[in-house]
Amino acid sequence: MSVYPYIVAAWLLGAGLYGVMSSRNYVHLIICLTVMQASTYVLLLSVGYVSHGKAPIFADIPTNSTVVDPVVQALTLTDVVVEATVVALLLALVVQANKRFNTVDPDAMTRMRE
Amino acid sequence: MNQLAPLAVAVPLLGAALLVLGHSLVPRIAAELLALGLAAASTVMTTLLLIHVGHGLTIYWFGGWHPREGVAIGIDFAVSAIGAGLAAFVSSLMVLALVFSIRYLDVRHPYYQVMMLTFMAGMVGFCLSGDLFNMFVMFELMSVAAVALVGYKISEGAALEGGLNFAVINTIGAFLFLLGIALIYAHTGALNLGQMGASLRRSGDDRVVVVAFTLIVGALLIKAAVVPFHFWLADAYAVALTPVCLLLAGAMSELGIYGVGQVWFTAFQGALGSHLHVVRAILVGAGLLTALWGGAMALTEDHLKRLLAFVTISFVGVFLIGVGLLSEDGVAGTAVYVLADGFAKALLFACVGILQHRLGKVGQHRLHGRGRSMVATGVLFTAGGLLIATVPPFGPFLGKAMIDDAAIKAGYGFVPPLVALASGLCGAAVLAAGARVFCGWGDPGRDAPDLADEDTEPETREGQTRTPATMFGPALVLLAGAVACGVWSGLPGLAASAAHRFTDFPGYHAAVFGTARHLGSVKSSSPQWFDYLYGAAATALAIVLAGLELWGERGVPGWKRASAAVAAAMGPIRSLHSGRVGDYTAALALGIGVLGVLLAATLV
Repeated sequence: MSVYPYIVAAWLLGAGLYGVMSSRNYVHLIICLTVMQASTYVLLLSVGYVSHGKAPIFADIPTNSTVVDPVVQALTLTDVVVEATVVALLLALVVQANKRFNTVDPDAMTRMRE
Repeated sequence: MNQLAPLAVAVPLLGAALLVLGHSLVPRIAAELLALGLAAASTVMTTLLLIHVGHGLTIYWFGGWHPREGVAIGIDFAVSAIGAGLAAFVSSLMVLALVFSIRYLDVRHPYYQVMMLTFMAGMVGFCLSGDLFNMFVMFELMSVAAVALVGYKISEGAALEGGLNFAVINTIGAFLFLLGIALIYAHTGALNLGQMGASLRRSGDDRVVVVAFTLIVGALLIKAAVVPFHFWLADAYAVALTPVCLLLAGAMSELGIYGVGQVWFTAFQGALGSHLHVVRAILVGAGLLTALWGGAMALTEDHLKRLLAFVTISFVGVFLIGVGLLSEDGVAGTAVYVLADGFAKALLFACVGILQHRLGKVGQHRLHGRGRSMVATGVLFTAGGLLIATVPPFGPFLGKAMIDDAAIKAGYGFVPPLVALASGLCGAAVLAAGARVFCGWGDPGRDAPDLADEDTEPETREGQTRTPATMFGPALVLLAGAVACGVWSGLPGLAASAAHRFTDFPGYHAAVFGTARHLGSVKSSSPQWFDYLYGAAATALAIVLAGLELWGERGVPGWKRASAAVAAAMGPIRSLHSGRVGDYTAALALGIGVLGVLLAATLV
């Protein structure tokens, strides 16, 4: 098993985290969250990958052939669905913030309340 | 009876879906009654489940996919007495919160009820799940619903900001959780907690296990709001609708702590059990820091809901100490404490809700003396303050005494006085606030500018002259609950046997993969003489500190200088609570890093 997917996952996590920390725009911040989320996809799929494994659909391949792990794929799909909900909700809140404050800068929002 | 476990989650979810579909067809009162009925149904089901579980473990395999030869093929609900008890507690709090909302909120659309039901389903599912990934999904389900409920008043800036902070920090927590799941799945090939535990027991400790444990426990501590992951909580609880706060403070924070216990005793104990002392020291240390931080911050707050949010944080710290002792006694004490303290905190939030309903404000200096006519609410609020100051012999006192005894048994003799100090600080904050609002005591002149009030629209029409029974009734029930936990002598025994089952991995594994059940004898301890001393000391500290808060500047020479020095010392800590999500994320990253480095010590 190659080490590269793990490096990519760690990089995506770190880059996304840095983005969330330093962001001056909520939309950008939420995109950074999805970058962090991408690291979970990469990690999950690389965990279940088997060299030269086929897709785990036994309709047209012999049942004894090597396949990749279907469980992590199911986990990834669930993750996609769950986080799509979260991102949609976050963006809806940002739209409201923009209506009310006329800005999507977290710092400006905090200042305006003071 | 096994079918009750999935039904307790499925019924409220289906009901919520039906409410969305049929909202235009049914009048408002029907939607309210339906939501109430569904929450009550969940309460009944989880209570029956709790009785049925008894000393054992109830397993339900979805779709009838039973395990074969020690390998879990399907997904299970593994219901222990602790899980079922917590689920029953969550759903009964939901019933009270929904009753409370009937007159409190004026909403035409049943979205509120829909989200409350979804929130409850997520929390109940989290308590019952025996599968790590399922725990993650339920964790996210409750987070999404809770975020929507926190940001419900979308016309308010503070609500939006609180909701956004809550969502961003908890979503990062969810990613960490999932990364941890991926790593532990790679290591053990299991998502089922029982199978994972058996595999980890064979493999022993490993770098991957330590990293996965850091990520998963870190995520759960973010949800529980342990320092330094707690910043989002005060922002969110301050702006959430007050009935929602009943649930957030009474139950959601505790679920994070429950999760820590669940993953430790089922899965990670097998691999990291030989480094028990390191893990225990880390968790108890974090718990102590959280307990004292929350207590100190509560004393400096003017906004009543923020004050109670810091009280919540302080008590989460004590729960973490109880579970973090990683012993049967600690878990038993925490179970009693969560129950009793959950009632007490929900009672305080209910009283604040009544204040908001009647007077439309939540800043204690603004409300100074304005609650004079509300004698009954004042009595309830003060009773709540005394309860959280662990006045003997009521519920919170009993729970704390059990945790103290467990701490002493584990060799942490310094824990009880520090926990008593934290309880005293929290109690003082609440009692002083109550005296200001309901009695008009103390100095009204110190006009702390109450920023939040400017921004907070009244949640109900202002100028109500009387408290509706639908608001006062739930508060009374909550008080009765907190008192009963201490008076009912059977509770410690039940908690001890539930904790025995919760911490017994071989029994858990046997129940999940076979039918064998065995249970050794357990005996519960009653509070020692020194527990009463600590309880009395904490209560006295709370009353004295509250008195100093109110009259210290006039009555006690030197107090003014002392309090100014304390305020100056608290300044930097207060300024950390900046409301900026970037800062909170940085604190989160730092906290996870420190946790990881400390846990890495288990490897050497």
